[in-house]
Amino acid sequence: MRPFQYVRPDGLDHASLRLREGARSIAGGTNLLDLMKLDVETPSELVDINRLPLGGIEEAGERLRLGALVSNSACAADPRIRRDYPVLARAILAGATFQLRNKATTGGNLCQRTRCYYFYNIDQPCNKREPGSGCAAIGGFNRIHAILGASDSCIATYPGDMAVALYALDAAVEIAGADGSKREVSVRDFHRLPGDTPEKDNVLEPGEIITGVMLPAPAAGKQLYRKVRERSSYAFALVSIAAMVRMEGGRIASAALAFGGLAHKPWHDPRIDALLSGAEPSDALFDRAADLLLENARGQGANDFKIPLARRALKATLHEATGDNA
Amino acid sequence: MPLSINGNEFDYSGDPRRTLLDFLRRDCGLTGTKKGCDHGQCGACTVLVNGQRINSCLTLAVMHDGDEITTIEGLGTPGAMHPLQAAFVRHDGYQCGYCTPGQICSAKAMIDEAANGWPSFVSDDLEEKVTLTPDEIRERMSGNLCRCGAYSNIVDAIAEVLEAQQ
Repeated sequence: MRPFQYVRPDGLDHASLRLREGARSIAGGTNLLDLMKLDVETPSELVDINRLPLGGIEEAGERLRLGALVSNSACAADPRIRRDYPVLARAILAGATFQLRNKATTGGNLCQRTRCYYFYNIDQPCNKREPGSGCAAIGGFNRIHAILGASDSCIATYPGDMAVALYALDAAVEIAGADGSKREVSVRDFHRLPGDTPEKDNVLEPGEIITGVMLPAPAAGKQLYRKVRERSSYAFALVSIAAMVRMEGGRIASAALAFGGLAHKPWHDPRIDALLSGAEPSDALFDRAADLLLENARGQGANDFKIPLARRALKATLHEATGDNA
Repeated sequence: MPLSINGNEFDYSGDPRRTLLDFLRRDCGLTGTKKGCDHGQCGACTVLVNGQRINSCLTLAVMHDGDEITTIEGLGTPGAMHPLQAAFVRHDGYQCGYCTPGQICSAKAMIDEAANGWPSFVSDDLEEKVTLTPDEIRERMSGNLCRCGAYSNIVDAIAEVLEAQQ
């Protein structure tokens, strides 16, 4: 690991001030320290935010606020999350291990970086790690890579599960800025597509810190998280789907779906939610939903299988969510 | 503020790059905790921090002042083994033994998590009381790899301890 200065800020403002070029904030550290050991991340300064008052799960009107430092374990075990937001509990429990989830935090999880093999290997070109160096995944081994929203610069995928559920829930990310300002960003706008600046995973500006995540008022209906992976535990998703579906009189009253493993960010296509809402569930309808999802899908060779896999996973999820087992 | 390791107080003021794992092994002489992958994938370095299991390779010693850390040496001794240690011996829950301290620390925390009602990925109902079936044990212990493949005996050892507790 490269040398760095270790700083424990005495408040949010202080932390923001320290988070200038070259500095990184550290919470659970499960992703950052892994990357630092490999020289993928080489911060000059680590700003340890663990002692800041950013914990706790509390009601905020009809919404529920998760502090940025709430561990993934504490979130998935919270009785309100298990009762009102099961898709979030399920998604968190589908990722990593108990050891990692005990350290991983709500804010850190949102900021976790791709597991692209070439991003992890500093001997390989990678536009995300070293802008302008090229992309070894394009034309390389790209089994885990993106089929949606990729660019000529980067075909990496966002690896997490938690965020996929937050996209379906339409949660908001609470962000504090260096000048003491606060803003709330829809989680669906938090992560970025790679374009020609894949080094930027999300919309956080220098000095900004995630302070919490706001969950909307609990919604009625069924909530599911389906994850397809290479082994049944402790593996990243090839394709995952978070689904919230409310049925009424044999029709789908409302639907909100989000997808993991397909793109540089969790994928949410409002056209799919609109198509399903008000419609009568059928295999043909679910195929049309998959058509919308995969309209612009493009395989890279080793990940071509994700296109039919995403279709099948989507249809299976919708059959389960609508109780139509045809 | 010092950190407590198995009830003894230690101060850490060295290089901020030192992981908790390296601090335990090199500075405290507590070599029961093992370094496997050093990247949070194998679980050999599992210790308890304030009662919760974590990968000690993925956290820095400097971040832990004021914390209470329990390693395998703090769970039991050859003369007074923890029930999990005795059960691993009885069931031959290892071959080379390198992953065993992590397995046992992990199992200890798993039993506590289940008692607190924490669900897992394989729990059918997120809200009902947790029963640690073999499927639940396997899922909850998936962060501890055993390259010798002693998994079936590890599950048997843990199941026996659970049964004895009832």
